[in-house]
Amino acid sequence: MRVPVSWLRDYVDLPPDLGPASLAARLTALGLTLEALHTLDITGPVVVGRVLQAVPEKHSNGKTVSWCQVDVGDGDEPRGIVCGADNFAVDDLVVVALPGAVLPGGFAISARKTYGHVSDGMICSTRELGIGDDHLGILVLDPAGAAVGDDGIALLDLDDTVIELEITADRGYALSMRGVARDAAIGGLPWRDPADVEVPETSGHGYPVQVEDDDACPVFAAVTVTGLDATAPTPHWMAQRVHLAGMRSISLPVDVTNYVMLELGQPIHGYDRSALRGPIVVRRARAGEKFRTLDGVVRPVSENDLLITDDTGPIGLAGVMGGEQTELSAATTDIVIEAANFDPPTIARTARRHKLPSEASKRFERGVDPAICLQAAHRVAGLLVEHGGGRIEPGVTLLGGEPERAPITIRADLPARITGIDIDAGTSRRALEAVGCRVQGDASMLAATPPTWRQDLTDSYDLVEEVARVVGYDKVPSVLPTAPPGRGLTSAQRRRRRVGLALAGAGLVEVKNYPFIGTDALDALGLDADDVLRRTLHLENPLSEEEPQLTTTLLPGLLKVLGRNVRRGQRNLAIFETAHVFLPAADPPAAPILAVDRRPDAAELAALDAALPAQPRFLALAMTGEREASGWWGAGRDSSWADAIAVVEEVARVLGRTLTVRKATRAPWHPGRCAQILLDGEEIGHAGELHPSVCAAFAVPERTAVAEVDLDALVAAAAPATSSRLSSFPVAKEDVALLVAEDVPAAEVQQALLAGGGPLLESARLFDVYTGAPVPAGMRSLAFALRLRAPDRTLTEADVRPVREAAVAAAHAATGATQRS
Amino acid sequence: MSRPSSDYDPVEVSPLHADEVEAMRDAALEAIDAAASLDDLKQVRIEHAGDRSPLALANREIGALPPQARKNAGMRVGQARKAVGARLAERAAALQEQQDARILLEESVDVTLPVDREPRGARHPLTTIQERVCDVFVAMGWEVAEGPEVEAEWLNFDALNLGPDHPARTMQDTFWLTPAKAALVLRTHTSPVQARTMLERTPPIYVICPGRTFRTDALDATHTPVFHQVEGLAIDEGLSMAHLKGTLDHFATEMFGYGITTRFRPSYFPFTEPSAEVDLICFVCRDVPGEVETCRTCRGEGWIEWGGCGVVNPRVLIACGVDPERYTGFAFGMGLDRTLMVRYDLEDMRDMVEGDVRFTVPFGLEL
Repeated sequence: MRVPVSWLRDYVDLPPDLGPASLAARLTALGLTLEALHTLDITGPVVVGRVLQAVPEKHSNGKTVSWCQVDVGDGDEPRGIVCGADNFAVDDLVVVALPGAVLPGGFAISARKTYGHVSDGMICSTRELGIGDDHLGILVLDPAGAAVGDDGIALLDLDDTVIELEITADRGYALSMRGVARDAAIGGLPWRDPADVEVPETSGHGYPVQVEDDDACPVFAAVTVTGLDATAPTPHWMAQRVHLAGMRSISLPVDVTNYVMLELGQPIHGYDRSALRGPIVVRRARAGEKFRTLDGVVRPVSENDLLITDDTGPIGLAGVMGGEQTELSAATTDIVIEAANFDPPTIARTARRHKLPSEASKRFERGVDPAICLQAAHRVAGLLVEHGGGRIEPGVTLLGGEPERAPITIRADLPARITGIDIDAGTSRRALEAVGCRVQGDASMLAATPPTWRQDLTDSYDLVEEVARVVGYDKVPSVLPTAPPGRGLTSAQRRRRRVGLALAGAGLVEVKNYPFIGTDALDALGLDADDVLRRTLHLENPLSEEEPQLTTTLLPGLLKVLGRNVRRGQRNLAIFETAHVFLPAADPPAAPILAVDRRPDAAELAALDAALPAQPRFLALAMTGEREASGWWGAGRDSSWADAIAVVEEVARVLGRTLTVRKATRAPWHPGRCAQILLDGEEIGHAGELHPSVCAAFAVPERTAVAEVDLDALVAAAAPATSSRLSSFPVAKEDVALLVAEDVPAAEVQQALLAGGGPLLESARLFDVYTGAPVPAGMRSLAFALRLRAPDRTLTEADVRPVREAAVAAAHAATGATQRS
Repeated sequence: MSRPSSDYDPVEVSPLHADEVEAMRDAALEAIDAAASLDDLKQVRIEHAGDRSPLALANREIGALPPQARKNAGMRVGQARKAVGARLAERAAALQEQQDARILLEESVDVTLPVDREPRGARHPLTTIQERVCDVFVAMGWEVAEGPEVEAEWLNFDALNLGPDHPARTMQDTFWLTPAKAALVLRTHTSPVQARTMLERTPPIYVICPGRTFRTDALDATHTPVFHQVEGLAIDEGLSMAHLKGTLDHFATEMFGYGITTRFRPSYFPFTEPSAEVDLICFVCRDVPGEVETCRTCRGEGWIEWGGCGVVNPRVLIACGVDPERYTGFAFGMGLDRTLMVRYDLEDMRDMVEGDVRFTVPFGLEL
């Protein structure tokens, strides 16, 4: 809402020294929040001048200008001014910006040579003054209100400030000068209600109107003006106010309806009576109906839309936009003025469905005062007749009326209890009266009947807010509450932090990506057509048509970030992300919309959760370039498939768990360099080297290593640290080299050794892998360092040999391994 | 003890004069002092303290002396040998020290060489600021609640007094899931976590709900469709806006520094009544005249918009099974992305979402 201060002062006796910034602060403290202050930024001299002579001159560029002599009342010779417009005549009063003046946009006026003359100033249009859109025509003043030499800045309120306010959805009343003025007057300033319009005695009926749905249209007022000159100019002051309020000046009838809407908050619609056929009927639309709105679009309407109709069918979308058929034109002489009240949700739905947010629908959605329809219609009629001639027909139409409002009871101590401010019953009462409530009651209980323009006030808490904002939110004291002792972070929360720290400690940098994904990214991963990762949830209204799905894997986002970093000059990168992925259920039920007047029961709550997809938190990482840097100390080490696995193992380790790694084939990994990661026998993810074609598709370096695991599963399985009694007896070391077929995973050999070695075998660590002579082709040699220890004695060779033999035998049984001699 | 040697030839024995012994000693000491290295000293030791050294030979002669002369001679030679031995040890220690010092000097390196072999990792500041916020509240006894990102429409809207036709629903710019009749959304705020908490627990409730939220804003310098919020909810007997103010003042102090307080402005949120916008006094200029005018952080306002808050609307309490006659509550919420931008003077939202490691690495492991 844009509020010109000069307009506001028409209704409120603001202290003369209250500047716009202080006024705005006052309104902000009341909940009408300052968005911006706009000034015209004009400095004088800008004065009223009389055109004494205007000589048209045609110039070689084809343009005709007027060489004018203008009396600006400074006693000297008239000033010679070149003017490009021709909508004025000798003797007209005009606004002249003299040399030294600065017009909006920093436009400095000086005496300058143009078209063969020295132009000693400028005759101004409204656009040049920042008070209108008309840049073709000069602003010609009404001689009744201006005289030669008058200060144009004072005369035209060019020093006005427009306060732009953000109006919250509950405060529809403040989308009008009337509402803003009422709040500005809080604190006891005198104010005049612009809705106090004298409604003349009516005789007979006005234009016939039928309302078929009076829930959706509780009030409908219509007043008719006949014999109007629709081409009469809008008075300058009105056009200026409409302009400053952010609307365009279009024609007298349109400007008047907009002016009254801005003034009173009541949207107005005018119909060209000559185009109306039969009575106006307010009804729900019928299936299949359509009509052309005045923006020229043919719109199909549905039963949910409320229509204004006549015998020909729809002539307006109620409260949203009128129809083309009855639109006012320059030829219009007879106007039926509609000032009606509509049901907010009905208008909101229609405006949303047709994507037609309008000044009218914005107000109806938020609630319009139902008590001033007739006043508003008469205000429009009066202004039209005053400025466009014609007469108001004596008959008026008024259907319905504002609903009776029940008082809201409120315990007198509730404002104090809720706000923490010391507010007594008397203060509450005065505050509620200040916002327009009628209040009855005593020191313990109040009954407040909200005013007609405050449809938003429906319960006692609404009243508390009104009391609080009148008393002042700045009066709320600051008291720290004492919460009962808490349990701290949950173990899962602590563990996730530990994982993040471990990853960063291992040299990885965290990134955060959007969860949106497109089919092209899934294709780029090389997923099979029936891959489970292709089963995604879709958005109705994605930001980008390229990414309409919710992701099932973090890898595409991570690879895009990796590629972006590479393109920005990074060569050695290790990044990770932990985020939710979204895995739809096979045939999920819809989420129920439950009642809100009670707590849902357990079954209802279960139904809500049953509708949700699984959305586990995953961990993904990607690495390229050096894992250890090269430098003066020598060569570094490139990251590889092994690092991807190692980091995942490190994450498991900080959670107290050990993972099992198996060879696997899974897109998007290299088929020969992909590890399946298992925890307690269940797959939780994969790690290894990215498939070369996937590297190419994402434009990341070859041999990029990636991993993705279900972090929730890992965190849930985290084991508390355990301790065992430490043996202080010496360790016995044995190395064994085993020959195995090349495709036997080393991990299996190791597990077999440990299983076969029994409790005395403390560890079996692979320390060398060898192929080539003398190892036969197709085989490799795996060398393990065995460590044996007993809890109660020093082991002898007699102890060690059977353990070693049992371990090797187990490895042989499991994998065919034989000990190298 | 030395004994007379079997190859001793008494004929050659000459008397042991005191000055002779002293000369031997002095020659030895001089040689020791002159030794420039441990190797030199080794040679000197052989020559002047070894088995064939003059003093050693003189010692042997003592046995051949007449008994009455032995005692004096023995004492003279013994003292001389002791002095030589002591000087040798002393010199050896000094030379060893010199040698050690020289070796350490030779071993010196350029410690300014780069040593960054290991890659440097970091956590995203949105993660760490979230943890920081949680820690502030956990220290007060609050707990951290979490909830799903794909959320039921009822929990995201209806339960929070945002009915189907509520004007605020259009303000929310919601991402809807397909099909629309599934009634699922990407949560537009973390408030459904508050609703879930009330449904799951019984008061008193003091929880903080951080998380990722979604609205259909295109990415630019100040907007992102995926952002992060932290909301707080307290439900207890006798809670008022004063407790809300106290909590936010404490929160502001912990995040922005001593003396940073908040102010309330009336506002509107369907889930709270009364509702307020909460502003933070600018932690750079502190609204001090003369500084505020040119302050970049608050753009001359003196205050920084931080979030929204209010007293939990009784309708929300009812829908979530809390008795509004017995309990009152307050709630607040703020954008973590914006808090981070303000706190660390970040200019462009895009830096937070593009994943450029140069943005993240300087933030390290914790804020």
